[in-house]
Amino acid sequence: MSFSSADWWPLFGHFLGMSMLAIGGALAVAPDIHRYIVGERGWIDDSQFSAAIALAQAAPGPNLLFVPVIGYAVAGLAGAGVALLGMLIPSTALALLVSRWGSKRREQRGVRAFVAGMAPITIALLLSTGGLLALPMARIPGAWLLIVATVALALKTRLSPVWAIAVGAVAGAAGLV
Amino acid sequence: VPRSPGEMLRVFSALAMQGFGGVLPVAQRELVERRQWLTREQFLEALSIGQVLPGPNIVNMALIIGDRFFGWRGAVAALVGLLALPLLIVLALAAMYARFATEPIVAGALRGMGAVAAGLILAMACKLLPTLARNPLGRPLSALALLATVTTVGVLRWPMAYAVIAIGGAAVFAAWWRLGPKP
Repeated sequence: MSFSSADWWPLFGHFLGMSMLAIGGALAVAPDIHRYIVGERGWIDDSQFSAAIALAQAAPGPNLLFVPVIGYAVAGLAGAGVALLGMLIPSTALALLVSRWGSKRREQRGVRAFVAGMAPITIALLLSTGGLLALPMARIPGAWLLIVATVALALKTRLSPVWAIAVGAVAGAAGLV
Repeated sequence: VPRSPGEMLRVFSALAMQGFGGVLPVAQRELVERRQWLTREQFLEALSIGQVLPGPNIVNMALIIGDRFFGWRGAVAALVGLLALPLLIVLALAAMYARFATEPIVAGALRGMGAVAAGLILAMACKLLPTLARNPLGRPLSALALLATVTTVGVLRWPMAYAVIAIGGAAVFAAWWRLGPKP
């Protein structure tokens, strides 16, 4: 299914919703962006989706920038703008409204319960995102090796992730992955 | 202390451009240690509010810090600084990728980078796992909420809104219960 002019609102609306669900970072909602954009709508495919996340990780700046890259793959520059604005508007408005209110109340039971209760969900969503990216490569031994080595390196050393990404790019370009 | 929203924009641009695989550590070094705009406590407070709120943490934090110094003008300056240059770069990369995606070398490089990205995200999740030991929910309930979310969102691919509202709501309620009334 290709993107048509009737699809602008659904695209924008999906990212508006993702903005409010992105507790614990933009990468946490990647599984739901995938479910909708790749699975339900079929606007882009698996390889474009994981390329978007890989590009955003390779470039400087916040992880959130995988969102405009997905928008770009779906519908060009306008798609990038629509996706980014959708992702930013609700959470930005809420942050500005709540920040003064919340800083005085962060020790309160309700706020602490929210942080504590959402923590396992955030971690679960990150695991799901990692799994989602790893799964299409299930039949490529080189890719598995790269994934396991990256996890080990990131857990054991303080090496900048940019080096790991560079190694991944070279290994992939050489046809090992 | 920043003198103007313009300076805020420049500093957030500079730190965003140094942030490969996450801007938070750079922000801490730059804003707290080098420029001393914020004390460590103020930084931690902005971060913890940024984490409670929906939306990307670093974006929320930039908004809160910008707002603290210059009101909404500061918030806009910090947000634009954080996003503008990296956005241009990543879109340029995306445009190049779209053009050469069929080249086997480019496709291979991106697949390799994708594998590393998967590894980085899994490692991030693994680094956060030990924090659950101190969670007021306790280990069994934390593990239950985590497994339920991985199953519904990661494996069954249910819409995340239902899972987050149902499982997250239950977990927040359980945490609220366990925290008990203030002593």
